[in-house]
Amino acid sequence: MNDTPRSIASQDERWVLPQGRSYETITDLVSAPLLERQRWSWRAWRIAFVASLLLTGLMLVSASWLLAQGIGVWGVNTTVVWGFAIANYVWWIGIGNAGTLISAMLLLMRQHWRASINRFAEAMTLFAAGIAGLFPILHLGRPLYFYWLTPYPNTMALWPQWRSALIWDFWAILSYILFSILFWYVGLIPDFACLRDRARSEKSRSRFGALALGWRGSARQWRLYHIYHMTMACLGVPLVVSLHSVVGLDFAASLMPGWSETIFPPYFVVGAMYSGFAMVVVLAAAVRWGFRLQAIITIDHFDVMAKIMLAASMIMSASYLTEWFAAWYGGDPNERSLVRFEFLGDYRVLYYLMLFCNCVVAQAFWARAARRSILAVVIVAILINIGMWLERITIVWNTLSHDYAASMWRVFHPTFWDYSLMFGSLGLFALLYLTLCRMAPIVSIHETRHLLSLEKQT
Amino acid sequence: MTRLLVVDFGEPGAVLEFARRARKAHYEVIDIYSPFPVEGAGEFVGGGPTALRVHMFIGGVAVAALAYGVEAWSATSNYPIISGGRPLDSWPAFMPFPFTVGIFGAALTGFISLLIQTGLPRLHHPIFAHEGFERTTQDRFLLALKPPAAMTQAEAKKRLEDMGASNIRDME
Repeated sequence: MNDTPRSIASQDERWVLPQGRSYETITDLVSAPLLERQRWSWRAWRIAFVASLLLTGLMLVSASWLLAQGIGVWGVNTTVVWGFAIANYVWWIGIGNAGTLISAMLLLMRQHWRASINRFAEAMTLFAAGIAGLFPILHLGRPLYFYWLTPYPNTMALWPQWRSALIWDFWAILSYILFSILFWYVGLIPDFACLRDRARSEKSRSRFGALALGWRGSARQWRLYHIYHMTMACLGVPLVVSLHSVVGLDFAASLMPGWSETIFPPYFVVGAMYSGFAMVVVLAAAVRWGFRLQAIITIDHFDVMAKIMLAASMIMSASYLTEWFAAWYGGDPNERSLVRFEFLGDYRVLYYLMLFCNCVVAQAFWARAARRSILAVVIVAILINIGMWLERITIVWNTLSHDYAASMWRVFHPTFWDYSLMFGSLGLFALLYLTLCRMAPIVSIHETRHLLSLEKQT
Repeated sequence: MTRLLVVDFGEPGAVLEFARRARKAHYEVIDIYSPFPVEGAGEFVGGGPTALRVHMFIGGVAVAALAYGVEAWSATSNYPIISGGRPLDSWPAFMPFPFTVGIFGAALTGFISLLIQTGLPRLHHPIFAHEGFERTTQDRFLLALKPPAAMTQAEAKKRLEDMGASNIRDME
């Protein structure tokens, strides 16, 4: 009979490893890079910073060229009008979804291990959603008029078309970014207070002091903080689900074959969670290595995140199957012809690659050894991100290249400026992230301490 | 001026247990300062219902109603356009905007209410002057007690020492 209680389970099954098992070590591990910079070699950080700065420069150049020349510099044509821009937008917003989804959903599910990963997942959300928002604006053709999406009294006496998915998108992204900033910042207040009280230089003390707003950590403040945080999590989950559903509706509200499907909103939400978790894994590995957080971000975290990716992969595969089945069962010749085009048409290689990355690769996680190897988890996560990007690309290209009128069928050929804007946006994301690493704690200090205290009780 | 006694502890369980005993000995628990939320601290500092969630609900509904109002008014009376034969007030298509901004409205109202109720931002507070307070945002748990009126400060302190407290300090 196995009656070993959890309390005497081996140390390596715990979320916080022995070398981090005091409140002070946790605080020190996370705050040292911010407060005692000389203790750190910033060489890897500097190399990454310069590389991301160069890529950001590339993005600036390609965006300026785009603004100067118009969207003709891209590979878009009269048929494939969305090209890279909207696919990139959906990909980034998917990643942007995951941070709040992970953080809020795991909080509501009382998954205390989230303490080690939620902070950098939330920061990921902010930057990814912000970058995502740039793509539709750049794609407008006349980006300077993007504010026409807002209702304001104007000399033309016009109002936005409220039935348009574009308007829903605008408000969903805007609300989501602002909501995420609040969620992230409120979680940071107690950590800023901690940094304020540990800081030795007057400059960092006043900087963190101002950001902490005078937080005292009294029982009354904690209680209100806790209530607010939980309520925000309850609101965050439906907001995230609605945000990516609205992105799905950009497609589903149309009448195009392959887009006009009721499965799109939930299928997009799962896809967002899938690619977002994959991105969180990549960031977790980077943060763990860069800031020596092996005691706080453990192999168990990678293990459990791998299981979630495996589950998401199964749901994605089921969604693809549903799409094909619906096209066949619905009997619409255009839908059937589109599925044939997906498998046999111009983009078939991308489609097979997408299916391989999204459905096959994650099956490796059935093996415990694969889940517990950080290298394996990271490689799979990167492949999933590539697969999810290909998914958005193939959704956009296949349908637009193969709609009702055969005379309109065209193929999309990306240009240099398509690629430069995409890789540039990755650089901008990295740049923002690297900057944040030096300004705010990358792991939630107070939540990790709380996690430790819960573990001590068991 | 009220004089308080401040005792510090290393674990959340210890501070709660001591607070219960001190209350039995007629000390008044003023507050507990801790590096993370201490479950059960609510019984000492008023764990009753709070208006925070009510504020969030009202804020959210108000913003959502405003958004829907703008939609309905602009689409039906200020500039009606018949688009695809749909009714002027196409409420299902009008839902996403009020829903998403309403959630943000609730979040913002909650944030403002949180700041007001927690008394933030307040960059100075008497407790900050207390020696060792900076540890409460890191790894220590402080219990602020008001001694019974009948006792002198020295007696009150002695009594706490007898109850097993170490590291007791005065605070004004």
